[in-house]
Amino acid sequence: MPERNVCIIGGGMSRWGVREASIIDMAQEAAKDCFDDVPALKKKDIDGLLFASSYCGRSAFQVNIAPVIAERIGIKPTSMCTRVDTLCAGGSSGIILATGLIKAGLADVMVVAGGEKLYTPQRWETYYSEMASIDHDWDGAQGMGLPPPFFSMTAQEHMKRYGTTKEQLAAVAVKNRRNGSTNPKGQFQKEVTLQEVMAARPVVPPLGLFDCTPITDGCAAVILACEEKAKELSDRPLVYIRGTAQATLHSMSMNWPGEHLGDWVHLRTAAKKAYERARVSPDDIDVAQTHDCFTISEVIEMEDLGFCKKGEGGPFVEAGQGDFGGKVPVNTDGGLLSCGHPFGGTGIRQAREILYQLQGRAIRQVEGAEIGLTHNLSGLNVEHTILIYGREP
Amino acid sequence: MGFENFGTVSFTAEAKTADFINYLEAGKVMATRCKKCGGSYFPPRMDCPSCLSSEVEWFEVKGKGKLTSYTKVNYGPTGFETDAPYTLALGEFSGVQILARLSRDIGEKDIKVGMSLMVSPLKLPGSRIAYEFKKD
Repeated sequence: MPERNVCIIGGGMSRWGVREASIIDMAQEAAKDCFDDVPALKKKDIDGLLFASSYCGRSAFQVNIAPVIAERIGIKPTSMCTRVDTLCAGGSSGIILATGLIKAGLADVMVVAGGEKLYTPQRWETYYSEMASIDHDWDGAQGMGLPPPFFSMTAQEHMKRYGTTKEQLAAVAVKNRRNGSTNPKGQFQKEVTLQEVMAARPVVPPLGLFDCTPITDGCAAVILACEEKAKELSDRPLVYIRGTAQATLHSMSMNWPGEHLGDWVHLRTAAKKAYERARVSPDDIDVAQTHDCFTISEVIEMEDLGFCKKGEGGPFVEAGQGDFGGKVPVNTDGGLLSCGHPFGGTGIRQAREILYQLQGRAIRQVEGAEIGLTHNLSGLNVEHTILIYGREP
Repeated sequence: MGFENFGTVSFTAEAKTADFINYLEAGKVMATRCKKCGGSYFPPRMDCPSCLSSEVEWFEVKGKGKLTSYTKVNYGPTGFETDAPYTLALGEFSGVQILARLSRDIGEKDIKVGMSLMVSPLKLPGSRIAYEFKKD
């Protein structure tokens, strides 16, 4: 059988934030929102489920969660039903894997969902679980558990080498909070000013409160289908998955693959491959959702995704080149900084926003967007995962 | 002594690198070198990550290193809550890069990228042991 084209046809989310709900409850909410998005879809059309979650075994005490969710969302997958774990990039990994299965004819219509329940009655559990997210024998033994210290080092390095300023970092927070202010599903709807970001209490200098993504409960879901099924099930413009890549060049901080912490060679490696597979260049991207776990991350992503030259990410964001009316609007739904970051859910949320953008129905619409990109980093800046979507296959 | 005594918090009871702990107890911070392909590794690897050979030898990380990056941790992960604030640093030594905490003997204003460092064992309460960076 020849390779088939794969489309994303629907997307939905639970409300994200501090939730009095279980991960299963939120997966149901996301699935309902997603099924409602594709009215012609019948449950029996769905033959696969991938659920991306990293902490469910710890914070929700549920391993092998995929069949539990399948049952609760009323589907009976007969091609594939399993969990995916790439920490912060799990959702994007799920979409790449589902694309491969559908392309190869091993599944036809799949739900790819993901999310986390991170707020538990015992707050320390989340921090305890953090130690399972890294190479705990060696990084963890030194007290390198939570991400802020690592990204603080990254920000300091970038500032020192390229003259990036705290104001430039703050510009990312202001933009993403503004974009998120009209997104009813995200964790925060409150805009912040440059002054508020600059004056916020430090988390790990130079990163302050608004430079960091919060801890979030939530789930998201999308539907992927082969082109033939997509045409049957949706009368909206088709959105194709054109190119994907995930680059993993190291695991622990001591084996960092770049020349310095501001040099994200693994991101460039993944981007080059995804652009080639999608047959596009950075200039062709109309809208992007990139992994703004910290403001410094979005700055470096602009550089290593090729939207600007290396070292010019600070001036790029400060001049509004990542905003509406700029070179490429980035994190149009608010990104991680506004929506929050329930790890396995993030890549799915990004895919949902790109779907809406390319179908012309986003809350903050980029006019005429035809090619979109999503990007995740995961762990202590380990894997970089990129998907490129387009209105043409 | 087994691997379970390594670091402030441990999640791995048994590991092939358990001798690393015995060397720490003897005052030495050790790395490994693959006898087959020559690759040097810190943390030590009893099976070479490059050629997967198990013929490796220990060598001591001696001499001066150079601090390449550092950060102050204000909120420690589980097990480190009462330790915070502390400073983590990356140091470049001959052939290997090491992440470690900076000794509390180094004053905050004396910390500089490029400064000379030594790496040495650090005894912790409850017969636990780790390593840290000291001023050269």
